[in-house]
Amino acid sequence: MVSEQPFLRVDGLGKSYPGVRALDGIDLELRAGEVHAIVGENGAGKSTLIKILAGAIAPSEGTITIGGESYPHLTPHLARTLGVAVIYQEFTLVPTLSASDNVFLGEYLRTGPFLRRRAMQSRSAELFTRLGVRISPNALVETLTTGYQQIVEIAKALSKEARLLIMDEPSAPLTASEVEAMYLVVDALKAEGMTIVYISHRLDEIFRLADRVTVLRDGTHIATRDIGETTRRELITLMVGRELSDTYPTREHAVGEATVEVDDLTGNGVQGISFTAHRGEILGFAGLIGAGRTELMELIFGAVPAQSGTVTINGAPAGARTPMQGIRNGVALVPEDRKRHGVVLDFSIRDNITLPQLSRLSRGTIIDHGRENALAEDYSRQLRIKAPGISSRVGELSGGNQQKVVLAKWLAMHPDVLIFDEPTRGIDIGARHEIYLIMNRLAEEGRTILMVSSDMEELIGMSDRIVVLREGVQQGILRKEQITQEAVMALAAEGEAE
Amino acid sequence: MIARIMPRVRELGILVVLIVLIIAFSIMSPTFFDANNFFNIAKQVTTLGICAVGFAFVLITGGIDLSVGYQISLNVVVCGLLMSKADLPWYLAVPIVIALGTTIGIINGLIITLTGVAPLIVTLSMMTILNGVSYLLSGGLPISGFPREFSVLGQGSLGPVPVSLIFLIVIWIVGFVILNKTYVGRYFYAIGNNVEATRLSGVNTRGTTVFVYALCGFFTAIGAVILLSRLNSAQSATGAGFEFNVLTACVLGGVSVMGGRGSLFGVFVGVLIVGVLDNGLVLMNVSEYVQLVIKGVILLAAVIYDATSKSSAGRRKQIGGIPLTRAVA
Repeated sequence: MVSEQPFLRVDGLGKSYPGVRALDGIDLELRAGEVHAIVGENGAGKSTLIKILAGAIAPSEGTITIGGESYPHLTPHLARTLGVAVIYQEFTLVPTLSASDNVFLGEYLRTGPFLRRRAMQSRSAELFTRLGVRISPNALVETLTTGYQQIVEIAKALSKEARLLIMDEPSAPLTASEVEAMYLVVDALKAEGMTIVYISHRLDEIFRLADRVTVLRDGTHIATRDIGETTRRELITLMVGRELSDTYPTREHAVGEATVEVDDLTGNGVQGISFTAHRGEILGFAGLIGAGRTELMELIFGAVPAQSGTVTINGAPAGARTPMQGIRNGVALVPEDRKRHGVVLDFSIRDNITLPQLSRLSRGTIIDHGRENALAEDYSRQLRIKAPGISSRVGELSGGNQQKVVLAKWLAMHPDVLIFDEPTRGIDIGARHEIYLIMNRLAEEGRTILMVSSDMEELIGMSDRIVVLREGVQQGILRKEQITQEAVMALAAEGEAE
Repeated sequence: MIARIMPRVRELGILVVLIVLIIAFSIMSPTFFDANNFFNIAKQVTTLGICAVGFAFVLITGGIDLSVGYQISLNVVVCGLLMSKADLPWYLAVPIVIALGTTIGIINGLIITLTGVAPLIVTLSMMTILNGVSYLLSGGLPISGFPREFSVLGQGSLGPVPVSLIFLIVIWIVGFVILNKTYVGRYFYAIGNNVEATRLSGVNTRGTTVFVYALCGFFTAIGAVILLSRLNSAQSATGAGFEFNVLTACVLGGVSVMGGRGSLFGVFVGVLIVGVLDNGLVLMNVSEYVQLVIKGVILLAAVIYDATSKSSAGRRKQIGGIPLTRAVA
């Protein structure tokens, strides 16, 4: 299927911003019909490259060759005419319109001013069938799962006769089972001869899907390899530019007495959850989307009050009904959706770190800026937050550094129990490793960690035990020696597992 | 924090607008550039300035209080009735009215936090209710006949300085301290930027929201008392359209209607622009209807500037009180 003929070639592509060299001398060939993975840490230049190919920005130098024609730069319109389509992480769908209305958004089939609704519906249905899914063209997009929304997005690209599909971290918003479905879609597209650029942080996906892989680092092209001729280890080394000791660092095991005891906890979509977590333990929580893991964490933290059941922390009743009570119980929540729930983007690093304890840092009601600065400086340094200073706006930091701000905020409160909900989502490999080290250090210090993760490797690599949920009900607790991917999936999907 | 206290580029820009306005009016009207007229402007903007402090707080938390205008109406009518009909001394009537204003604010805040209905709708309804109540109480007739001492608040002077200006300055200092020095002020910004992240950080966001509407009612009542003292007559129409002037002053001063941003320095300049404009247009004999058109255009321009400025674009408003799980994309 893959031809030796390039669909697209870039030569000497570079992009400079004032003070920053975002891309430098990139030579790259995309063969027609191949799945070409592009990997690299945040800031490696992946987004810049995508934007240039989509015509969203013009390169500072170099050429782009498509179908024998060379262009110094593309425009969004020209890129689309040449068959380039991008599936961004943030979907460009209108939630209150139907799937078919979204597929044809902007290029509606019409007769004069009248929409040819039926024609659009049948064309959309055909596209969905081609992609191997059954989505009703009439279904409102807001009622579809994230996985199906992504497929609507892909169908939208296909309806515009795309020949090169660029997928920017397509698996990031998806659950494990949705990711499997998305792989099948990619396979189907590849079988049709579509050229695909696949951008991802997750190496297992790349080995599953890609024909070739290109590594970018600091805006330069480091290497392009056939997938059969490389290894995970080599790719990581190429991406980070140094050897990372182990993907999942080991820690000294000293699991102590029980700290968190949850008994028959019900509410917020989960029911009858019971487990005990211990000092020094990382207790993982596995499940598909809708399994109720995040909802369970909300109950324990107090973001949502429970209907019934008890939570005991260090022997004392700790049924929190507000986050304020949860924090008083010594619980901290590092939420899944960092930007919405973890940080105040418009606030400085300092203002974010001190937010939970501002009243304590005040004399009467007046904030003591000396103590505030000292505290923020201290934790910012401990967590090695990379920023010009503690007055830097959190919205301008990378995902990894934002996550460190969330951590700094909570560590400054000296919590006994830390809840990590998808701790490394959207964080690049280097920073991810640092987060793991911090989690290990916290466990070694005798704190209890509850970790929700949809990244199976992370879950298995980090957890001492794993609680598996399915549709709000606890399916079982796996001890360290019982943990395998198959065992977790079997419980999480119950019968749906292969 | 420093960035919030120090006037930023944008607020300096609005300061330039003020200076240009003053120069323009000075050229066009011979009576404008005059110390007496300036004290006159100061008296005229006192109520606007005092009310704008609380209103700006509300905007910073991402809310709005459209009922401030008719809060003023109800406050002046009640204050007038207490003094003229109930023969209460002014020093008893005034605290009662301030308590009334604060209570209205608390009611606004409670409805908004407990029901989750948009502040715009809640306070719009409250505005209409208060309008009706004030007419019921006054019977649509002006109320007058207040003790002479009462008029000192709005009309008296200490040397050349109007007493009302002193009130304004004291309240500005109080407002400045609350917003920039206390942790509650920091909570206002935090809530306006991201209420859910703030709640999950253990901040009592509901209590703070009720408090901010209470403060708005409190400051508005003080402004109403001073206005009544200056006018010496209480009418149900006194506060009509006042919310528009306050909103204009705040937005001109750089307070974002999307919440999370704004400084009292900016609001101060915004209040002066509205005051100078009102005064100058009257001195130039511009008709009231033309004034309305001008003011509307100015508010529109300020809001457009706010919505399109680089800092606001790209910021998306967070909706209050959504549990984590419903926030899935």
